[in-house]
Amino acid sequence: MAAAAVYSNPGFDFSNLTRNNFLAEKGIPLPKATSTGTTIVGCIFEDGIILGADTRATEGPIVADKNCEKIHYITESIRCCGAGTAADTEFVTNLISSNMELHGLTHGRKPRVVTAMTMLKQYLFRYQGHVGAALVLGGVDSTGPNLFTIAPHGSTDKLPYVTMGSGSLAAMAVFESYWRPNMSRADALQLVKDAISAGIFNDLGSGSNVDACIITANHTEMLRNVEMPNERVQKERSYVFRKGTTAWKKEDIKKLVLSEEVTPISGEAMDTD
Amino acid sequence: MPDMVTLPYSAPSGKPQQRQFNPYSENGGTILAISGADFSVIAGDTRQSEGYSIQTRYAPKVFRLTDNAVLAVNGFAADGNMFVKQVRQRLEWYRHAHAKDMPLRAIARLIQTMLYARRFFPYYVYNILGGIEEDGSGAVYSFDPVGSYERESCRAAGAAQSLVQPFLDNQIYFKNQVALPGRPHPQHLPLTTVIELVIDSFTSATERHIEVGDGLEMFIVLAKGSPLHGLENFDGVQEMTVTNDGERIFVLRRNLKRD
Repeated sequence: MAAAAVYSNPGFDFSNLTRNNFLAEKGIPLPKATSTGTTIVGCIFEDGIILGADTRATEGPIVADKNCEKIHYITESIRCCGAGTAADTEFVTNLISSNMELHGLTHGRKPRVVTAMTMLKQYLFRYQGHVGAALVLGGVDSTGPNLFTIAPHGSTDKLPYVTMGSGSLAAMAVFESYWRPNMSRADALQLVKDAISAGIFNDLGSGSNVDACIITANHTEMLRNVEMPNERVQKERSYVFRKGTTAWKKEDIKKLVLSEEVTPISGEAMDTD
Repeated sequence: MPDMVTLPYSAPSGKPQQRQFNPYSENGGTILAISGADFSVIAGDTRQSEGYSIQTRYAPKVFRLTDNAVLAVNGFAADGNMFVKQVRQRLEWYRHAHAKDMPLRAIARLIQTMLYARRFFPYYVYNILGGIEEDGSGAVYSFDPVGSYERESCRAAGAAQSLVQPFLDNQIYFKNQVALPGRPHPQHLPLTTVIELVIDSFTSATERHIEVGDGLEMFIVLAKGSPLHGLENFDGVQEMTVTNDGERIFVLRRNLKRD
């Protein structure tokens, strides 16, 4: 029995796959998705986790967004940085955030970071890398601070300091030089800022500002734009156009506000106060 | 780095294997030139990149050829540098033979023949030549990689060409702008306006193109006997003129964002 058109199967729709492959073969490739050619990092410090991200989103060599947010909410004490296809990182973190909320409600306790990590890796593995999300997942739960990377195919790493995205080498160079165990909050934040800055200035896929998120056992602090080292400079000239600059062919003014004339019949006016 | 590619045939031993070598690369950046009534401005950013990496934050793309000619090269940096080197050598031979600098329109024709000589293994470079013509007018010549060229009054090339050229068309040629009745658009803009437009072009291209940034290097060529046209009011202008009684050349440098 064919289902009515209003009912659609859950999950992705693959019905255009054959057509799209045919078009690609004929030289019409798929439109390119916005990629957050990115620097994202995370590191463990004495009382928690600090996550960091730059804020540039690109479409090929063009900067699509100069100040986007790459640190996504999972739960109050778990956050996730996303690199790769912007839409995939957005949807996958939203989905897992919802499922984590439900998980907490069903079991009556706070879900752990490993739970989010397992949900993410199983989801990504199912799509064999076609869901292009490279993630840095961090948070604090009943077991203490936890930090993971999750690659688009679903493999995971558990390490004390991690980097991902096109600026991962620049950022990791900073971590490998200066990270040490049990860093103070201030030192760790400075290290994360330095690692992201290394990506911003040395990797063309990363740029603009530094975002950071400090997660401790009983508090999460989202530091949006903690560092803004790339503010736009003042323009030399003003580019205001004189009224009447744009050519026009005809003028037609429509009255958009409708009015009607009301003739009162009875003597008593309605009380409108 | 140019790639050495072995095509994906798992040929059994004894059978011929095809190999491929790609000698070209693309090094980003943008160049631009605008001519005025008696001056010419030729500019380029100084970032050299490959893929997502910056190779250097200062690699000049704009070169003084003579006191009345400046050449900007963009595309594959290695080809660009060699091409400038060879153009300079030909100009030196001309000087030895004729005891004078080659006129701008002759340099333009020389560049055409030099580019077309490599029709089937081209220099992977877009050239923009700016300077002063023999009649004292400012001129810009733009070339494609195999030598097709044209005299224009304004041209952008390179990574951010598609961002900068429409801006120039609007601000220099007044495209899509209706003039006030009785006040037609000017044919030539003053030097200070042109310099400001060049700076704004590059700061804006830096904002939206990942391969543009680090530094801006701008050459200004003034016609023989021309006044400074307000050039003295810009900070850090440096004179590069070699001869005494001809055209004058100045350099103006600005920092661009480094992210």
